Amino acid sequence: MVASAQVVDGPDSGPPAPAAWPDRLLSPFTAIGAGSIVAAASIGRVALFAARALRAALTPRWYFGQILRQLYAIGFLSLPVVGMTAVFTGAALALNIWTGGSRFNAEEAMPQIVAIGITRELGPVMAALMLAGRVSAAIASEIGAMKATEQIDAMVTLSTDPYRYLIAPRLLAAVIMLPLLTLLADIIGIGGGWLVGVRVLDMSPTIYIQNTWDFLQNWDVESGLVKAAVFGFIVALMGCYNGITAKGGARGVGRATTQAVVSSAILILAADYLLTSLFTRI
Amino acid sequence: MAEVIVPKLEWRDVSKRFDGPQVLAGLDLAVAPGRSLVIIGGSGQGKSVAIKIALGLIPADSGQVLIDGVDVAGLSAQDHAQFFARVGMLFQGGALFDSLSVWENIAFRLINAERMPRREAKARALEVLGLVRLGSHVADLYPSELSGGMQKRVGLARAIIGNPEILFFDEPTTGLDPITASAINALIRDRVSSLGCTAVSITHDLASARTIADEIAMLHQGRIVWRGDAHELDTTDNPHIRQFVDGRADGPINADV
Ligand SMILES: Nc1ncnc2c1ncn2[C@@H]1O[C@H](COP(=O)(O)OP(=O)(O)OP(=O)(O)O)[C@@H](O)[C@H]1O
Ligand SMILES: [Mg+2]
Repeated sequence: MVASAQVVDGPDSGPPAPAAWPDRLLSPFTAIGAGSIVAAASIGRVALFAARALRAALTPRWYFGQILRQLYAIGFLSLPVVGMTAVFTGAALALNIWTGGSRFNAEEAMPQIVAIGITRELGPVMAALMLAGRVSAAIASEIGAMKATEQIDAMVTLSTDPYRYLIAPRLLAAVIMLPLLTLLADIIGIGGGWLVGVRVLDMSPTIYIQNTWDFLQNWDVESGLVKAAVFGFIVALMGCYNGITAKGGARGVGRATTQAVVSSAILILAADYLLTSLFTRI
Repeated sequence: MAEVIVPKLEWRDVSKRFDGPQVLAGLDLAVAPGRSLVIIGGSGQGKSVAIKIALGLIPADSGQVLIDGVDVAGLSAQDHAQFFARVGMLFQGGALFDSLSVWENIAFRLINAERMPRREAKARALEVLGLVRLGSHVADLYPSELSGGMQKRVGLARAIIGNPEILFFDEPTTGLDPITASAINALIRDRVSSLGCTAVSITHDLASARTIADEIAMLHQGRIVWRGDAHELDTTDNPHIRQFVDGRADGPINADV
């Protein structure tokens, strides 16, 4: 298989012989097969890394200075991005639900639907995806650059465990801050819907709030916050993992950064579905 | 007969290969306590790799590294952490933390491993900064604001703070002017002679090797091809050493490549 794949892919192998055709037709499957072996191996490595990182995060010693620094970098500095995303998402959602709902005279239910959509789904997911872009990338490139310039090795020789000093603070900060950011995104997102309802659709401001408030259940918000904590873990974990496994200088760091963003975004969406199906069974 | 001394540090038949050719091929080398060993050898011969294996930063393919006669590979995580408390390392590239200021770099071990209060740690860092001939005005700068030679000296200061027993210096004087270089050589020599540290240094600078070393070993093609007292460097007729010392392009080292 390997040899024929080389024949097919070789740049100077000329036109492929007819005998190569069956292999060529099958090659997507071999590619998928090889890909899944690689994927399984890397899932194993990520799991081992996650176990070690969790142990560092949950047992002393904690570097509180580093944790504070990360709470600031991951949480506070993400406020504008998350806020902007939430307000536009809420506003657009309101318009869409209104027009969609008007087909069966359900436009009056718009505030409630926006509130559910934001708190259960879009608040946590949008905030997490923004952090995948902002935070996961920043973590991967910073740790990757430290790896490339032997700063991680140096830290070890200075009797300091990089899992405790670098990785645990980022994990803890992301798990703490993403639910808080999500809570904010919930409020701002519903605010975006309210703005559209009041300014564009001429709804009564008090009735909009009333409808939202009366209809929303605690669990709508809580389930979103639980999701957010899981997403926070994913964002920091993928940033740290890709950073610490970066190889080969600046190019390797660039690749690690891309990997961190892509893998955390995909994992966030997959985890979102899993958690939603778990929560909706209640 | 001289009494048997347990070496402070010993590489026993250590081999290492990355994707390419064999880097270390059965390295056997030892340093007695309180002695200064200098490893010389051509570029890319595995000197830095040998030190990183000794520190456990890179795993060896085979062989052992013994510290005080104990195999470091068998140490528990706890013992390994204690091992690093007795070790200082200057990396070839400096490896300074670029998010921390110069004094925070130097005091990193004191603050983060020994939990010394920051004020006290800063005072200690400033003392050591003087030892490597840097003024206290650089203390609050960041590594990216320093010249290459200054970064090297900050790395050196970070390695020697807290007086570790075993010191590793990967090219301590590369990139320094001759006057600063000789001051650094004297500092390293002093650590061994006055404080009784054991030192392993890598250098390409023979003047530096002569000052720092009690013993010199030459690494070539993954093995030690010569080893002797520092003063024997100029009297030995070992062809590898002769070629290296005379800086000739032709000889066994060229022929082997
Ligand atoms: N992490 C690594 N991955 C792959 N190969 C490596 C790695 N580190 C070192 N090597 C290879 O090992 C060999 C020895 O490298 P090393 O850095 O020990 O050389 P050196 O003797 O210190 O050279 P120099 O005097 O130039 O610093 C080189 O061929 C290098 O390519
Ligand atoms: Mg080197």
